[in-house]
Amino acid sequence: MIVGIPRALFYYKYWPLWENFFKEIGIKILTSPPTNKKILQLGLEKAESEICTPVKIFYGHVAHLVENRIVDAIFLPRMVAVEKPAYTCPKFLGLPDMIKATFPDIKIISEDFNRKLGAKRFYSSFIRLGTTFGANLIEAVQAFVSAQNTYKKFLKLLCREIPYKAAASIIKTEKSPQNTYIAAAKKLKIGIAAHPYNIYDEYFSLNLLKKLERMGVSYLTPDNVPHRIWSRLSRRLPKFLFWTYERELIGSAFYWFEQKKIDGLIYVMSFACGPDSIVQYILEDEAKKYGIPMLTVVLDEHAAEAGLLTRLEAFIDMLRRKKQ
Amino acid sequence: MKLTFPHMGNACIIVGDLLDRLGIEYVVPPPSTNRTLELGVRYAPEMACYPFKVTLGNFIEGIEAGADAGIMVGGVGPCRFGYYAETQRRILHQIGYKIPMYILEPPTAHPIKFYRTFKQLAPKRTLRDLWRALKVSWKKAVYIERIEAESLKIRCYEKNRGDTTRARNRAVKLLEKAFLEKEIETAFKEGLELLRNVPLEERVAPKIGIVGEFFILLEPFVNFDIEIALGEMGFYIERAIYLTDWLNPGAKTPVAGHSKDEVLKAARPYLSHFVGGDGRQTIGHTIIYIKEGFEGIVHLLPFTCMPELIAKSILPKIASDFNIPIIHFVIDEQTGRAGIQTRLEAFAELVRSRHLKGFYPKKEKINWIETEKAIPVGVTYR
Repeated sequence: MIVGIPRALFYYKYWPLWENFFKEIGIKILTSPPTNKKILQLGLEKAESEICTPVKIFYGHVAHLVENRIVDAIFLPRMVAVEKPAYTCPKFLGLPDMIKATFPDIKIISEDFNRKLGAKRFYSSFIRLGTTFGANLIEAVQAFVSAQNTYKKFLKLLCREIPYKAAASIIKTEKSPQNTYIAAAKKLKIGIAAHPYNIYDEYFSLNLLKKLERMGVSYLTPDNVPHRIWSRLSRRLPKFLFWTYERELIGSAFYWFEQKKIDGLIYVMSFACGPDSIVQYILEDEAKKYGIPMLTVVLDEHAAEAGLLTRLEAFIDMLRRKKQ
Repeated sequence: MKLTFPHMGNACIIVGDLLDRLGIEYVVPPPSTNRTLELGVRYAPEMACYPFKVTLGNFIEGIEAGADAGIMVGGVGPCRFGYYAETQRRILHQIGYKIPMYILEPPTAHPIKFYRTFKQLAPKRTLRDLWRALKVSWKKAVYIERIEAESLKIRCYEKNRGDTTRARNRAVKLLEKAFLEKEIETAFKEGLELLRNVPLEERVAPKIGIVGEFFILLEPFVNFDIEIALGEMGFYIERAIYLTDWLNPGAKTPVAGHSKDEVLKAARPYLSHFVGGDGRQTIGHTIIYIKEGFEGIVHLLPFTCMPELIAKSILPKIASDFNIPIIHFVIDEQTGRAGIQTRLEAFAELVRSRHLKGFYPKKEKINWIETEKAIPVGVTYR
């Protein structure tokens, strides 16, 4: 049996966990290729027209996996909540049902992950997932523990301010990290507040990170901030923010502001993103208080490279002048 | 301190009534107009959803009319609605209206916060006073909504166009004026009598169900009076969401007629998990309506609404499974009345022609006597 994993949305956040879990259990997996024009096109055909582009891309990846007819099932967890007080995103909650309605023929392996119901139920979801693939209880627990360890290792690497891509290659090749990744102090530093599926998807983000690197700028992403820090700092808002990934963005931004880690902030959001539309405003408000310049980049399927480059260059030039 | 609050259908009558009873001063903002929308669009984040913009406009107009504090309901997610109040407070502060915003969190999730806010608003009142006031106001709210629900059912049979709407408005006015519990009850009976005296005639009236996001469904300025338009075209209408049902989802006898459990059970084959807002209710109501012999479904949602977009992704599957026309109206500040009207007329024509061709072998004939029976005489709340 081959299980397909769409390379979209939460894949970018949890891939070390899922990939190792399936490897330990002994299930073959096939991850869809990085987003390309054809996948986006497929997504645009299949998905609702008003929905946000990352979800459209997710549809595209599923359609790609279905079209190739190699996979027997698609793994599509329902990430309801990954921490007790907050939800992920409403669209993550409805995603398995949406995919089921659009692709009625493909088998979908889904499991609810809801931390709100308590740690026991949350972790037992993994065990249940393992047993659906025919593993016995002990194998499933072992697979989960091993996957969890790899995931924690990945998070630790990220917390040392190693860029996501470098950390990913370290996890994949199991080589020790090199110090070259740690940014030079003289360089301009930029914080990028964005969801992993927006910036690490190179086709969708129009190579935003590479463009920044080419301009000689070092950057930090919310993944580089430890969980306990962003979780604590995001509670500074007068009202508790009930989306986990948005809390991560806000908390990380607060951390960068306070530690004076960054010279400027870039907020990358996708068009029609619900939570981001509100959080972007709040973050802009807060950035003003700290005197940090902020650029908001809205991406969608029509975003053009030239327009993005112009805006980035202008922003970076402005920051450089400000720093001198 | 004078409170102001946004419009949402009959919410201003009910909230005003409750505040009256508690002795809190308030200013009702002028009814939503294009100016309200313009103000909201000018100051709101570009991609915020449509209700956010309209309610922000309401706040601004309320402040212009003399209010110096705002009151809004909160929430615990995952729908954006829960964060409206906080964001709107920030925006109002930024554009120079430095007013306090009182956020009423749901008492079940945040009892202490709710109590604190209540004490700030009415320091001399106890929770017992609130409960007493709420009981009467609630009754009024339910009665107003029941009048509305009945008017939707009989509008398609009216002899002279506009009679039902006039009767409904008069009945709502009667209820609005009533203050004591007894007065409210007599006003309700009188209101029902007004509706029952509307001259009716027998007519072919296919059934259409209206589902969707609550703000769009409840606020006539936003939905371009879609129910009245459909009713006057000769369709029997039922609406999935009423204000009281929304505020008290566990009601035993909801105005919309279907208990929450029933709706969620119906939705389960298509959407098995809670998605925030009314996403699951939209699916559930659609299926209930289809099973009850409705011949068309109108789905209303604001642009970029997350829960409703999930529902919108699933509804085409339901439409093809049950072979029923479903029309979606995605509404935002760019939507024009003429566009909605044209699409609605085309949809109405489709539903009617399917009805006349006998697309539904097992259709129940609805006549006006039955409709009259549907009006419960002397409804008692609970």
